[in-house]
This record gives sequence, structure tokens and C-alpha cells, in this order.
Amino acid sequence: MEKLETSCSNTWCPGCGNFGLLAAVKEAVNSLIESGTPKEKIVIVSDIGCNSKIADYLNLNSFYGLHGRSIASAEGVKLANSDLKVLVFLGDGAALDEGISHLIHAAKRNSDINVFLLNNRLFALTTGQFTAVSPKGMKGKSTPEGSVEDPINPLELMMASNATFIARSYALKVQHLKNLIIEAVKHKGFSLVEVLEPCISFFNTMQFYGEKAYEAVNEDPSSKEKAMALIREWNYSEEGRVPLGLFYKIEKPSYEEQMNKKEEGREADIAKCIQSHI
Amino acid sequence: MKNTKDYSILVGGAAGQGSRVAGLIIAKLFNRLGYNIFIHEDYQSLIKGGHNFSQIRASEEEVLSHRNEADFMLALDANTIAKHKDKLAKKGTLIFNQDKIQFDTGIGVKIDTITKELGGLPIMSNTALIAAFAKMTGISWAVLEDVLKKEIGKGIEKNLEIARKAYDESQEVVKIEKLKNKPKPLLTGNEALALGAVKAGLDNYYAYPMTPATSILHYLAAHEKECNVTVSQLENEISVINAGIGSAFAGKRTMVGTSGGGFALMTEGISLAAQAETPILVIDSQRSGPATGVPTYNGQSDLLCVLASGHGDFLRFVVAPGDAQESFYWTGKLLNLAWQYQTPAILLTDKDISEGTFTFDEAVLKKVKKEKDSVWNGKGEYKRYLDKENGISPMAFPGQPGAIVKAISYEHDEYGISTEEEAQIVKMQDKRLRKFEAMQNAVDEMEGTVKVYGNLKSKKVVICWGSTKGAVKEAAEHLGLKVVQPVVLQPFPEKQMYAALKGAEKIVSVELNSTGQMEQILNSHGIEADKRILKYDMRPFTAQELEVQFKKI
Repeated sequence: MEKLETSCSNTWCPGCGNFGLLAAVKEAVNSLIESGTPKEKIVIVSDIGCNSKIADYLNLNSFYGLHGRSIASAEGVKLANSDLKVLVFLGDGAALDEGISHLIHAAKRNSDINVFLLNNRLFALTTGQFTAVSPKGMKGKSTPEGSVEDPINPLELMMASNATFIARSYALKVQHLKNLIIEAVKHKGFSLVEVLEPCISFFNTMQFYGEKAYEAVNEDPSSKEKAMALIREWNYSEEGRVPLGLFYKIEKPSYEEQMNKKEEGREADIAKCIQSHI
Repeated sequence: MKNTKDYSILVGGAAGQGSRVAGLIIAKLFNRLGYNIFIHEDYQSLIKGGHNFSQIRASEEEVLSHRNEADFMLALDANTIAKHKDKLAKKGTLIFNQDKIQFDTGIGVKIDTITKELGGLPIMSNTALIAAFAKMTGISWAVLEDVLKKEIGKGIEKNLEIARKAYDESQEVVKIEKLKNKPKPLLTGNEALALGAVKAGLDNYYAYPMTPATSILHYLAAHEKECNVTVSQLENEISVINAGIGSAFAGKRTMVGTSGGGFALMTEGISLAAQAETPILVIDSQRSGPATGVPTYNGQSDLLCVLASGHGDFLRFVVAPGDAQESFYWTGKLLNLAWQYQTPAILLTDKDISEGTFTFDEAVLKKVKKEKDSVWNGKGEYKRYLDKENGISPMAFPGQPGAIVKAISYEHDEYGISTEEEAQIVKMQDKRLRKFEAMQNAVDEMEGTVKVYGNLKSKKVVICWGSTKGAVKEAAEHLGLKVVQPVVLQPFPEKQMYAALKGAEKIVSVELNSTGQMEQILNSHGIEADKRILKYDMRPFTAQELEVQFKKI
């Protein structure tokens, strides 16, 4: 086992769902290393938000960027060096509020990055405001009377954006999450794993997920219809059952394999360019 | 005509009639005859209709600006004559599309009829007009045929047929003398800057389309193979700069390009690059603002925004070239500087350089190469933000065995782990402050940060920057004044500016904005202008209009 800890002291709230995430990531990374991925080829790209502190807690290459922009930075990393395995950690506020355009376009172009959307269904690090996936009526410091907006379903959004890998896990199901992280990294092309997380300080959903979350069986992940049925089973309200698992997976050429034109070690032919201007 | 062989040609038509291509082909005809070229493009923000025109200057001397008075006026439509007839020189020649225009002077050519009779597409009428012009100015068929073949790919056979007929049906009016010079490359400022970056080792270019920077994207996309670069158009400028910084973190020399509005969106990324100490080269090709402004016309009003771009305390390199040659050189230089100092670097150009066409001296090619930057020697434990004396921590990149590379937007320790400790915060800011000092020292030692032209003994000095160089230099040289052009704008080359202005008794500042932004920068360095010449109709200066003003000094 690789030692993946850093000297940084952990500042998550005691009992935070992110501890489950951290444990699953460490196990998945170790498993990837054991099966032949060199440690130096793994890159964590992190956003801003509680979950994104994971960059500080892992002794791995990391780019700890701007709020909402981690997906864009991750695409740049992957296009620069397609040998790298790029794991992006960001919250629902980053992915679905501040940076929603980057999420949609990364899925659309099938960029070979692995996006882990840590969904606690509110802004936590700014002490509790609603996000695009908060339930309607959520009372937060910016909406003392309750939010008037209905949540969006991010997995439906990913399906509409042509994502080639869509899955959902739960931070407290460490083995389930670990296996989906490994599968996502192995998938060639864009992968989105939504990781449901309770926020024990501002929106403790532990009991809700404990009762409602279940591991769904999907025998044909290439079927859009079956995927959509699972995706629509829960509408991000306080009701219904919450399926977990790999919902959708298809193969398509990645953005990088089609776009990367740079050949290492070859000189540019500037003289030829200049000649064409005479 | 003057003693110096110096011609001005105006070609105009509706968008979609091909006046711009016609202008370039005419410039290339003069280029073949050994003339130096400058083309000013004037076009509107629309696709069909409206009015576009090119003003071509062909001279035996170096020229960097256009003249409004036209020795030849080529009108594809009636609008061209209506708008520009006052610009025709007394002995000038008007050549017009007789199928669309009735006019009592000048020479009409039935270009639409010729094109139609030979079964050509309507756009090919511009070839007929060019051919008529070539015959009237005594340019040989061989030269015309050669240039057309090179410039027109699709439908060249039909174009040549049309050209031949228009050529044969026209009469020589005046003979343009062939000069001894060899033809030289003609490059727009954007083409030159793209190639300058490539020469300095550009790997990736990211952009979102925005006039007048779009042609950088087009040029590099069309030349991905020759230039050996990866070119990507992303969803917005925010994505562009964050992806660009991601690529640089992974070890690739990266450039992004935009105009003022897109630049404003990128500024948070510029701040990120400063904090994460990740190199990024940003092109801001200015157009008039604020907001959407006048999209296809010029302005120099982004200066203060660029100099202070990005929140937080940091220094960035900012350079404003004055022509295509300087664009090539300084874009290459800036890419090297960005990597050597692991910092954002901004090339501030403007529409008249970006889209103007210049005779390009290939001698500058040798002056740009991929220069060395500071990389980790592979020994011991790697620290991305190692506290070096000069503030420059050696770089390693993900994928490199033995190194854990952690770049970060938070304040951080030497490993790149976030911190809120007072001592650590001060230590890192001090490290960066020493780097900024090193950047200032580099500028102090650098050549060409401030350029001087004209009569070096004159006590009357004109200060210009960016594209205003062209017209200012020509007017000042004509009147025997001295010209000072600051090229590097941050860190400011104070020593070189003071040296260039030594003994000046009258200082005039010339800018394409309404508040004198450069003058404000000069003031902050203790330099006071006695007179300011500002223009904000979004059109470039001509040397002639400046001479009138300079005479009053």
C-alpha cells in the first residue's frame, strides 16, 4: 500500500461524509497503482468547497484551482498529457451553479476526465445556502423563508449532454464508491460519478439516504431507456427511493485522441508558413 | 506623384463581394514589383451587404500606416464611390464596376458581364476588377497570373479565364515601375504573433472567437501541422484560461487569445496563474469599448485594465508591440518570459495591428527561440514552491517519476499545501516579491523595451504606443521630431524611458482613447506630457492628420 497521506491536518467536521470519500479514493488509487498505473501519472484536480480539500490530504499530483473551474483545468491537463489519469473533485455548487457550462461541455466533447460530483445538496463551506440541487423550500441563510426553486436532476442533464459514463454512489458506502471510482478511471472518455454526501452541519441527510438509497442492478448500461428510468426514479426531493450504481456507459472516441495534434520532438516548420505569405 | 514611389489604393465593396481578398491580391502584385506594403482593413460587424474597404499602401520605403488620399480607387459597388470619392487624388484613377455603377469620370469595366458571360460565380467579378487594374498599371500578365494562382485555390481556371478577358479588354494608363527589391512575406499582426509564439515553442492554443483576435485561432487551426500545435475552441473565455493554465501545469507552453470583453472574463484566471505560479501567455487584441463597443473598429482603451488585471498583489509582464515584426518578436519573448518567471504575461495588441497587413522582414526570425526555463534537477524531495533566493522555484510536471507536483490557488507552503499561518503567508508573498524584483531587473537589462525613432536630436518628443506607432513615426520623421515608443509596459522600463526622454523640452502623447491612459501611466513615473492628441472615433490616425497637429507644437 502506498502511503497517500500528507502532513496537512484534516479540517472537515467530525463525522463529515468526505471521510468516506477520502477512504474510497485512497483504496481506489492504491488499487490502480497495484494494477500498473504509476503513481506519478495520477492527477487530482480540485475545485473550491469542503470536498475539494481532498487535494491537500492526498500525496498525489494536484491542481487545486478556482471555484467552478476545476473541470476546465482538468481538460487542459488531459489535453496536454493524455497519459495522465485525471480525477476531478468538486461539489454541487461548483459543478451545477458556478461552473455548469464546463460540466456540460466536458461531457459533450467526451473529454477523458473523471468527474466526481460530491453532492451534499447545498453550499457548506460558505455556511449553508441553496444550490441547483437543493430541495425546494430549503431554508438557508440566503433563503430564510425557503428556496423557491425546484432542483435540477444533474444526471438527466448529463444524459442530455451526451456523457458516456453516468453513475451514482454514496459516500458512506466506501466499497461501492471505490469500485465506481476504479470503473470510471478505466472508462475511456468522460465519466461522471455523483457521490451523495450528508453534510452533518447544515443538511444532515444520513437517515434519509440510509433508508432510501439502494444498490440498483442494471444489466444493460448501454441502454438509454433503462438508464433514464433509474435516473428519474429520484427527483432530488425528500421522497422516493434513491438508486445507486452504474446507470449508463457507452464507448465513443475521446476528445483528446481526436484533438491532440502536437507531436513531441518535431520542430515546427515556420519557414513553410512564411513562404506561403509571399 | 511625389518623388518617392508611394501609392495608395482603396478597394471597396459590399461584404460578400470579396473586396478584402481583392485588396490582398493587389498588395501582392505590388509586393512582386518590390514595394513595401501596409494594408488597413475597414469592415463592419455583418456578413453580407454593408460597406467594407481596404486601403493599401505600396511604397519604396518602409510603411506602417495607410494614407487616406487614394491614387487608385477600385469600386465594386456604388457605395464605394459615394463614401470615398473625396479621397481620390487630383491625378488619381477611379476604376469601377460599370454593371453596377454609372459615373461620369473614371474608367468603367463591365466586370459582372465578363464574369457572367464566362459562366463564373458572382464573387469572381472581383478578379475581373483586379485584372483590369493590373493592365491599367502596366503589370504584366505573367505576374498577375502567378499571384492569382497562389492566392485563389478553388476555381482558379475560371478565375484566370475571367482575368484574361478583363486584362485584354483594358488599356494601360500608367506604368508602375518595378523596384529592385525582392518580394517579401506579407503578414497580419495576428499571423506574426501566432508564428512568434510557435517559434518560442508553443504547444497549445485555446480561444473563444472574438474580433479582432479570432484570426489567431483561424490561422493556428489552419496550420496545426506546420506549427505542430494543438488548437482548441472552448465554451467561453473562462474555460479557455482555466484549461490553458491546466495545460501549462502539465508542462505545455500555452497561449490564449481574446479581445477586451473576453479578457475581462479571463482576469480571475490571470490571478490564478499568478498565485499558482503557472505560466500563461494571454493575447488581448483591443477593439473599442466599453462593453461590446464598436466590435470591428480599433481602440486603445484596455491599457489600465490589463496593467491591473486580476485581483491580488502581483506583477505580470505586459508588452504592446507596434507592428507585425514586433508582434512576432515580443510574443515569442513573452512566452519565454512567462515560463522563465512562471507568471502570467499579456501581449496587448490592437485591431489595426492584428488585422493590418505588413511587409515582414525575415531577419527577426532568428531572434526568437525556445529559451531555457527553470526545471527541477530530479534530486531529493520535490517542492513546487521551493523558497529560492530569486523567488523562482524549479518546475516539475505530473508524470515525472519522483516528483509530487502540487499547484494551488490558495496561499500555500513550499509543497503546495494550503495554509492560513501568518509566517507561511508572509514567507510565500516574500518569495513572489523577490520574483517580481527579478522581473523588473530583467526588464531593466532587456533590449528594445523602449524604442526611439525620427530626429534623435529633436527636443520635441512624441510618445506613442501600439498601432499609433505607424502614423506617428511617419509624421514625426517627416517633420524632424523625435518619437519614443514604450513597448514593455509592465514591469515599467523606467530607466529606458528616462534615457529616451532626456533633454526633451516638449512632450506630446498620442493615443487612441479618450482619457489618455498611457499618459496616466507616464504621470505615475513622473513624466508629464505638454500636449495630448487623443482620437476615439475608433479609426486609426493617418500621418497626414498628425502632421497638422504636430506643426502646432
